[in-house]
Amino acid sequence: MSEIRNELKYLSSHEWARLEEDGTVTIGISDHAQDALGDVVYVETPEVGSTLAAGDEAGVVESVKAASDIYSPVSGEVIAINEALEDSPETVNSSPYDDGWFFRIKPSDVSELDNMLDADAYRAEAEE
Amino acid sequence: MGNRTPLYDTHVAMGGKIVDFGGWDMPLHYGSQLDEHNKVRTDAGMFDVSHMTVVDIDGSGARDYLRYLLANDVAKLDGNSGKALYTGMLNEQGGVIDDLIVYLRDPGYRVVVNCATREKDLAWMNKQAESFEVTLTERPQLAMIAIQGPNAIAKTKEVLGIDWTAALDALKVFESVARGDWFVARTGYTGEDGLEIMLPGEDASGFWRALADAGVLPCGLGARDTLRLEAGMNLYGHEMDEETSPLVANMAWTIAWAPEGRNFIGRAALEDEKAQGVKHKLVGLVLEERGVLRAGQQVLVDGAEERGIITSGTFSPTLGYSIALARVPVSVGDTAEVEIRKKLQPVTVVKPCFVRNGKSII
Repeated sequence: MSEIRNELKYLSSHEWARLEEDGTVTIGISDHAQDALGDVVYVETPEVGSTLAAGDEAGVVESVKAASDIYSPVSGEVIAINEALEDSPETVNSSPYDDGWFFRIKPSDVSELDNMLDADAYRAEAEE
Repeated sequence: MGNRTPLYDTHVAMGGKIVDFGGWDMPLHYGSQLDEHNKVRTDAGMFDVSHMTVVDIDGSGARDYLRYLLANDVAKLDGNSGKALYTGMLNEQGGVIDDLIVYLRDPGYRVVVNCATREKDLAWMNKQAESFEVTLTERPQLAMIAIQGPNAIAKTKEVLGIDWTAALDALKVFESVARGDWFVARTGYTGEDGLEIMLPGEDASGFWRALADAGVLPCGLGARDTLRLEAGMNLYGHEMDEETSPLVANMAWTIAWAPEGRNFIGRAALEDEKAQGVKHKLVGLVLEERGVLRAGQQVLVDGAEERGIITSGTFSPTLGYSIALARVPVSVGDTAEVEIRKKLQPVTVVKPCFVRNGKSII
């Protein structure tokens, strides 16, 4: 059974988002997603300084098995990417919610988070 | 629920992630496909391949029948009981209906064909058999386990015990030995040394668990695919199909042109194709940049209008970067470009074989 953290928000395409204390939003993929993908071998993140709209393609995660697009759940400017994933993409498998985060956004409209699924709603979708 | 092999319950008990594979419930991996892949390259792993179709061919016309049915020539097996031959089974247009291994039994022959193509293979084989004195007997009650890796044979010997030691010591590559319903062949689909063992379904689970206890790691079909791709081995439906000739699928070596008088199905079409000049070939591609080559991506070749296509692509666990097999115009040079998500990435063009016996051969 995969872990679904109650404090996070989710997209049905399996990204999670966390509102940090400084008002930025961190984005990654769920434990369910990493499990379905299998061994992650390559992560393509957006460029720092680029601007994304909610729903935009923000990168790609590739496992041995398949490639999967990553979408940004909120609009704003990309202020950081997880550079450690370049050399250690497998961190996405071992720590999807912590060390395996993908990128961080300074949101232009933080209320967009309310459009995301809460943990219960995501759990219901992931279990289907 | 799909078809299940005699090992299905064992896979579930051992933590296999079960997926549908051509109508069969099969393990994709047991935790990490990468770990399983690496274990086969460095030690020993095992695969349940019981979904593959085993057909015994007997009767006074068996040899003539197979010499007509198959592009390679089973006459090469004459006098070498147990010897194996890899071949394509072609249609009249020279397209590949399936690729298979045929073993000389004593008497008769055994062929092992793919599971996804089972029904059309059997229909074709039965149709062609009408003009020959042969009987075709499917052996669905047999399980099949592939044990692969540099230590695979040694560990299998431990499990099989003293009765088999001499026979396995004498077994050469691409040979088999049979005892009762047990059939042990030194063949495989990984580019490593190893065995493929057919055995009664009721014996499969006990044998599998004994191998695991001897240190042979259970591996899923995911690792089987990355291993065969590193070894440059074709997968039916990817590198070849009924529209693809063996001449463009790196299978020219499996066509026995001599003797000239042997008429096999597809021969005339292949001779025409050769006379007109073969227009495509199968090559290996290497992407040392970050990213992963995938089946279906287009390949741009210098000096050719027509684009090639990647037939299989993956991240290579052994090499640490992505590799692919691709069907491209014959004019291809030492480099090409692949379109990945609308961007062109430079790739190196190599012979379609990347890893053998644990080592890079690029």
